[in-house]
Amino acid sequence: MTAATDPRDRGGAAQPLLIVEGLRKHFPIYGGLLGRRQATVHAVDDVSFSVRKGETLGIVGESGCGKSTTARLLMRLIEPDAGAVVFDGETVGSRTGIGVDAMRRQMQMVFQDSYTSLNPRMTVAESISYAPRIHGLARAAANARADGLLGQVGLDPGQFARRYPHELSGGQRQRVNIARALALDPRLVILDEAVSALDKSIEAQVLNLLTDLKRRLNLTYVFISHDLNVVEFISDRVLVMYLGQVVETGPVDAIYARPRHPYTRALFASKPTLDPDRRTTEPPLAGDPPNPIDPPSGCRFRTRCAFAAPTCAETTPRLAPPLPGPISRPPDDPQHLVACIRAIAQAGGEGLDA
Amino acid sequence: MLDAAVAPEITLVTQAQPRPQGYWRSVGRKLQRDPVTIAFGILLLAIVGMAVFAPLVAGANPSTGSILHRLAPIGTPGHWLGTDENGRDMWARLCYGGRLSLLAGVAPVVMALVIGGLLGVIAGYAGGFVNALIMRIMDVFYAFPSVLLAIAICGVLGNGLTNVILALSLVFIPPLARISETVTAQVRRLDFVEAARASASSPAQVIRHHVLANVLGPIMVYATSLISVSIILASGLSFLGLGVVPPTPEWGVMLNALREAIYVQPYVAALPGVMIFLTSMCFNLLSDGLRSAMDVKLNP
Amino acid sequence: MLLFAARRLLLAIPVLLGVSLVVFVLVHLAPGNAIDMLLPPEASARVVAEVKAAFGFDKPLYMQYLLWLRSALTGNFGVSIFNASPVLGQLFVALGNTFILAVLAAAVGFSFGIGLGLVAALHHGRWPDKLCSAIATAGVSLPNYWVAIVLVLFTAVLHNWLPAQGMGPDQVPLWDRGQYLILPVVSLALIPMGVIGRLVRATVLEVLGQEFVGALRAKGLGRGPIIRHICKNAAAPVLALMGLQFGYLLGGSILVETVFNWPGSGYLLNLAIFRRDIPVLQATVVVLAAFFVLLNLLVDIVQAAIDPRLRR
Repeated sequence: MTAATDPRDRGGAAQPLLIVEGLRKHFPIYGGLLGRRQATVHAVDDVSFSVRKGETLGIVGESGCGKSTTARLLMRLIEPDAGAVVFDGETVGSRTGIGVDAMRRQMQMVFQDSYTSLNPRMTVAESISYAPRIHGLARAAANARADGLLGQVGLDPGQFARRYPHELSGGQRQRVNIARALALDPRLVILDEAVSALDKSIEAQVLNLLTDLKRRLNLTYVFISHDLNVVEFISDRVLVMYLGQVVETGPVDAIYARPRHPYTRALFASKPTLDPDRRTTEPPLAGDPPNPIDPPSGCRFRTRCAFAAPTCAETTPRLAPPLPGPISRPPDDPQHLVACIRAIAQAGGEGLDA
Repeated sequence: MLDAAVAPEITLVTQAQPRPQGYWRSVGRKLQRDPVTIAFGILLLAIVGMAVFAPLVAGANPSTGSILHRLAPIGTPGHWLGTDENGRDMWARLCYGGRLSLLAGVAPVVMALVIGGLLGVIAGYAGGFVNALIMRIMDVFYAFPSVLLAIAICGVLGNGLTNVILALSLVFIPPLARISETVTAQVRRLDFVEAARASASSPAQVIRHHVLANVLGPIMVYATSLISVSIILASGLSFLGLGVVPPTPEWGVMLNALREAIYVQPYVAALPGVMIFLTSMCFNLLSDGLRSAMDVKLNP
Repeated sequence: MLLFAARRLLLAIPVLLGVSLVVFVLVHLAPGNAIDMLLPPEASARVVAEVKAAFGFDKPLYMQYLLWLRSALTGNFGVSIFNASPVLGQLFVALGNTFILAVLAAAVGFSFGIGLGLVAALHHGRWPDKLCSAIATAGVSLPNYWVAIVLVLFTAVLHNWLPAQGMGPDQVPLWDRGQYLILPVVSLALIPMGVIGRLVRATVLEVLGQEFVGALRAKGLGRGPIIRHICKNAAAPVLALMGLQFGYLLGGSILVETVFNWPGSGYLLNLAIFRRDIPVLQATVVVLAAFFVLLNLLVDIVQAAIDPRLRR
């Protein structure tokens, strides 16, 4: 670990790079005769987590669960309604903390759609050198930087620097997007479904590139995906989201070995696997997630949960360590947290921990 | 996504393409292969050249003539396009008239392009309250039929070239603002704009480097087609006596002045109208050519 | 759907108020006022003041606006400064005459335009397409006031087929005066024909290129059902443009009306401008613009009825 040598490292190795506290975003829906607020989409509701320096946090969940909104909130591409984001010990956007622009120089993002995330009127080199140039780097130096970054993501600058996005394949474009995100020399990169649109063979190459870059450049990743296999491969810790809330979080091994929340378990049950030992008998998820406009009371998953009890409608579960399982099992990782009153109350023999 | 499936990534470093194809270069190449646009582009250049170089090509003074030679037919020696109701050389007057007619047709669209385009881009980029404020004001002006608004403004402000340009600019600001707002709002949602914002650049920088280049094409196509309307309207205002006033040569004024002469020399009297028609047609076809070369989809 | 209609109706109110304000401000920007036109230069200050008071010109501007707005809402647009007759009466007659022209020109222009556009699109790339497209483009590029003059020359002057001016004698019933309508209607129909023709061609080509049309063909459907599908999908944009064009015909016929001395609203407006007859000018512009707003409203609602995606 050379992170301590980074002059921008203010809090030291123990200070988490990112702390998110009670993040919330509700989108109003206007309608009716006078265009008044008719309803509210609870896109992200009271989400808290932290990202340690040098780790990769995977965020998983079905589409529409608020993963991408969370990413955009972190980048401040949309303004949160409530909550605080603390970057390396400094609160983002507060008077005493770090400014949004200063934060953005250290935090960058790669988007899912490799085509729309590149300006079609700019060459590859122009796209990559844009950010350094508006931050005052001279043209020649910015171009040299773009060439260097292209080399780092595995594209020959001599061949690709002056091409336009439509002349590249999807995988090549996503490499350019990664290079663009690295142009400001960030410490944290948010990868929002960054490999989801790629072919499987290309996806593997880009994933290897990402792990390679992370090691070489001392990066920290927030990796958002709906693909459980990819998240397992790349993450150190995992955050499972459902309808705008965190339902389970913990080290990747703990969660993948012993998922505790009924939603996580159902999600994993729907995961295709070739390994017969890992096939589960868990019932897969049925139907679509409820409408985030009017989320269920109490636990939001209870409408699709096989273990729901009447109390689930009344109490909103908070993240807490699940109760220990039978003696025969190894104890849970202390960092493994789950937001389910049933997983807490009835862990053990019957019901949840089958 | 299609090309990702076709191009295997393994060979990514070795595959080569001869020359990068920039957007404007490919538009230029497509235009070169479009004979109609080329032909009418050349015709338009000729008309503009005729107006710009009027002192060189006219060969006669547009404002002096002998009443003795008035309404000479086309092909008269010394006046190859004949003479008007005051015996002035038609060719000279058409050349000089083109100056004001083109100016009164093009200038308002350019003004409206700058003002309306800017307002529309700001509204489309900012969204929310700023958008509502700008676009609701535009709606009020959009609520007038264009001819009516132009005539009302000119009628109220009085004659003169400046008032014509002012009135027509006001007429064309709302439609240009609307088009700009629509295309900007579309581009605004694309990820590369978000990525630019995420790289800590100011809204002005994002608009300048990322939005403008992507919205200019459709806006220019629309503006070009508006010029053809503007030429007709500007001449129409002068025709009504609300714009340029005689004896200044201007196609609309000439058309009106020759109205009575149409019974005597119909072909000579029809000439200013032919010029208005040809110029307007050129701009329309140019707009069509640009539209297909840029692959722009626009509903008027 | 009802909610959508009601909302659009509510939205039209501020636009209409804005329109009235714009017209009022515009008219009062005018250099030279009506009083100067009406009174001899040697008129005494007392007479000037009296006349001003009679027309309400002595009050502050915002009061003038509110008073004018209030009476305009009840249909009272005051009296013409020029001939002291009520503005509303003059406007009513003129609008009727313009309406006749606009309806006929719209009918002619729209039917020819749809025909041109369909023929062009269904023969895409071949000579009927090129011919029809050329006609449509010429239609939008022709100055209609010039076409009017040329038409007069050929039909009325050279051949004496048709009357060139006015509406004919009042004693003769309107349906016997149809010949007076032909030339103005033809001149006015050119632009809507061209505009609609071009849009129909573009829209139909777009619909033809969409996947579902291919699917219909694959299902073995004949020409008839496919054309019906095209119509359903192309109707909304074409209809919207038709509404706009009809509005332009109502508000933009001033040039053609002037050439033919057709006593419509455009002609009235022209007279009002040259006589600086402010009440008539104001009323004509405001009423025409209001028509235009309501027409667009109607088109929006009809469009949303056809295409549910537009209901927002």
